[in-house]
Amino acid sequence: MSDFVEFTGPAGSRGRGRYLSWPGLGLAVPGLALAALAPAALPGPGWLSLLAFAVGLGLAYAGLVRLGRGVFGGSFDLMFWLCLAWLVVLVSAAVLAPMLPLGEYHDIAKTIDAPAMAPPALFSEHPLGTNNFGLDLLARVLYGARASLLVSIGAVAIGMAVGGAIGILAGYFRRLTDTAVGVATNSLLAVPPLILLIALGTVLEPNLRNIAIALSLLALPSMIRMARAATLTFAQREFVLAATAMGASRWRVMGRELLPNVLLPLASYGMVIVSVLIVAEASLSFLGLGIQAPDPSWGNMIAEGEGNAFQDHPHIVLVPGVTLFLTVFAFNLIGEKARKRWDPRQAKL
Amino acid sequence: MARGVLRRLAEIAVVLVVVSVGTFALVDLTPGDPAIAVLGEGHPPEEYAALRDEMGLGDPFLVRYGRWLGAALHGDLGTSLIPPNSDVAERIAAALPVSAEVAVLGLVMALVVSIPLAMWSAYHADGRVDRVVSAGTFGVLSVPSFLAGLLIIMVFSNQLGWFPRAEWVRLGEGLGGNLYHAFLPALTIALAETAMFTRILRGDLITTLQEDFILAAKAKGMSPVRVLFSDALRPSSFSLITLLGISLGRLIGSTVIVEYLFALPGMGTLIIGSADKGDFPMVQGAVLVVALIYVLANALIDLSYGYLDPRIRRAHV
Repeated sequence: MSDFVEFTGPAGSRGRGRYLSWPGLGLAVPGLALAALAPAALPGPGWLSLLAFAVGLGLAYAGLVRLGRGVFGGSFDLMFWLCLAWLVVLVSAAVLAPMLPLGEYHDIAKTIDAPAMAPPALFSEHPLGTNNFGLDLLARVLYGARASLLVSIGAVAIGMAVGGAIGILAGYFRRLTDTAVGVATNSLLAVPPLILLIALGTVLEPNLRNIAIALSLLALPSMIRMARAATLTFAQREFVLAATAMGASRWRVMGRELLPNVLLPLASYGMVIVSVLIVAEASLSFLGLGIQAPDPSWGNMIAEGEGNAFQDHPHIVLVPGVTLFLTVFAFNLIGEKARKRWDPRQAKL
Repeated sequence: MARGVLRRLAEIAVVLVVVSVGTFALVDLTPGDPAIAVLGEGHPPEEYAALRDEMGLGDPFLVRYGRWLGAALHGDLGTSLIPPNSDVAERIAAALPVSAEVAVLGLVMALVVSIPLAMWSAYHADGRVDRVVSAGTFGVLSVPSFLAGLLIIMVFSNQLGWFPRAEWVRLGEGLGGNLYHAFLPALTIALAETAMFTRILRGDLITTLQEDFILAAKAKGMSPVRVLFSDALRPSSFSLITLLGISLGRLIGSTVIVEYLFALPGMGTLIIGSADKGDFPMVQGAVLVVALIYVLANALIDLSYGYLDPRIRRAHV
């Protein structure tokens, strides 16, 4: 709880210490410059430029933290804003991918002349390099992001809608409905998540719709339980009693009184579970049961580097791998903040 | 207590029935004709019809389910569709010990690392080490297990050449060789578990360390190590068991992935290989066995609460 309180902070404490931190600026600018120039300009072995890159990033981060604390007050949380920025950039690049001047991501026939396994070179035609068919990795990462995000967010949306509805019904009607729903959720939880996905992958056609539906089954049990628990508490409250006394029908009570209250914890849980679903989709695609090549997904891009390709051309794995890591990290961090802020179970901690 | 256990057992039975129906219904969801899957294409239609009769595909769902469940209860899970059409139960019996060993080793490694780490972090809360551990564990939790495994393989078997890959020595063929081959897979599993255990145990220990009895122990002049191990850890063992329950599903998932990565002859490789070829009797059998183990383990964990903490025994049961 504490760090979010610090993060929002009372307005008074914010205005107090506003100044432009010169040491911060002094750290941030050379750090950024070092990190940006290291991979391109520095001669010598790969690990040296990697080290310089890491040191540059570290300096830049430390400097930016100081700078941010100076400008926005002591409670400034740089990591949160970096994560948010990463997600905003990734999502907008993924949405706009068809309009961006990217290389070929999908059609092998068009890349016969392109260099295969080209290493990343920021200012070349293929900034993040190419794979063994000469397909552009930047384009593939962004189109992979489209697939990953579409499937995961779609699954969360399905889980919220279906799970929320079932949970409210179970929590409001109790009795037989509740028991039946309880058995159904327990049964869904009785199969370990990845095993459930693999079993469904055996029988379902691996297209985006089916993968989203399969993933939503992972989110469903918790959504149902949270919606049910919230409904149980809110159904006892005076405003529900008042609505019932004024003659509101059961459906109206559920739709107008309970639903808006149930939605908030569900949405914050949705933020948390998006990253779990992104990993699940990537794992499934990595195992060859999810999105099928040549359509890119982060999972099947990483699978391309299995075996010897990884040894000689680490960028095949590292480009989608780092993207996946950063995205999961960003969702985890933001989700954690959202959960601490809105989850009623956490509120008292 | 006894009534609570009975109720819990009844719940487990119902859940298992629903899961077995779901597993069995997988066949009906299959888009293709199972007979074609078995024989391959290009046979005369009579042969398909005969096979469908033999497999009893014409019967209503419940009849087929009853037959399958009856056989399964006698340990007969059918035969694989893929030549050499081996017995599903036998394959599972051969694969299960491998998975169990890797998973348990990973879990033990995670506990051995995370308990001291969490203690240090909690005892020096908000210190330098604690902040590094917190940030580090948060980062590790964001690395999917297949990515971590791939990186570990790249460093330890490809670059350094310390460990073999895609080889397995059974426990019966020598303990040393077996542990040597199980080390990297277990390490991959242990990574995420260590991060999770450390985070939760740390939070728990910080609360415990503020209790009066810890202050009393310190006042008696006991060393910090003694306070942590003998006084603080015992109340927190409760949340370790909860943790085991929470992480079981993820543990099974990462075991599956790690087996696939290291080509170990375990349940994960069996399920993924069969799923890839559409060998549904194998997938059904394996999913059923894994679900059975998962449900029973979770039930045991639930029951152990009551055993460990008398307050829960009275409140819940």
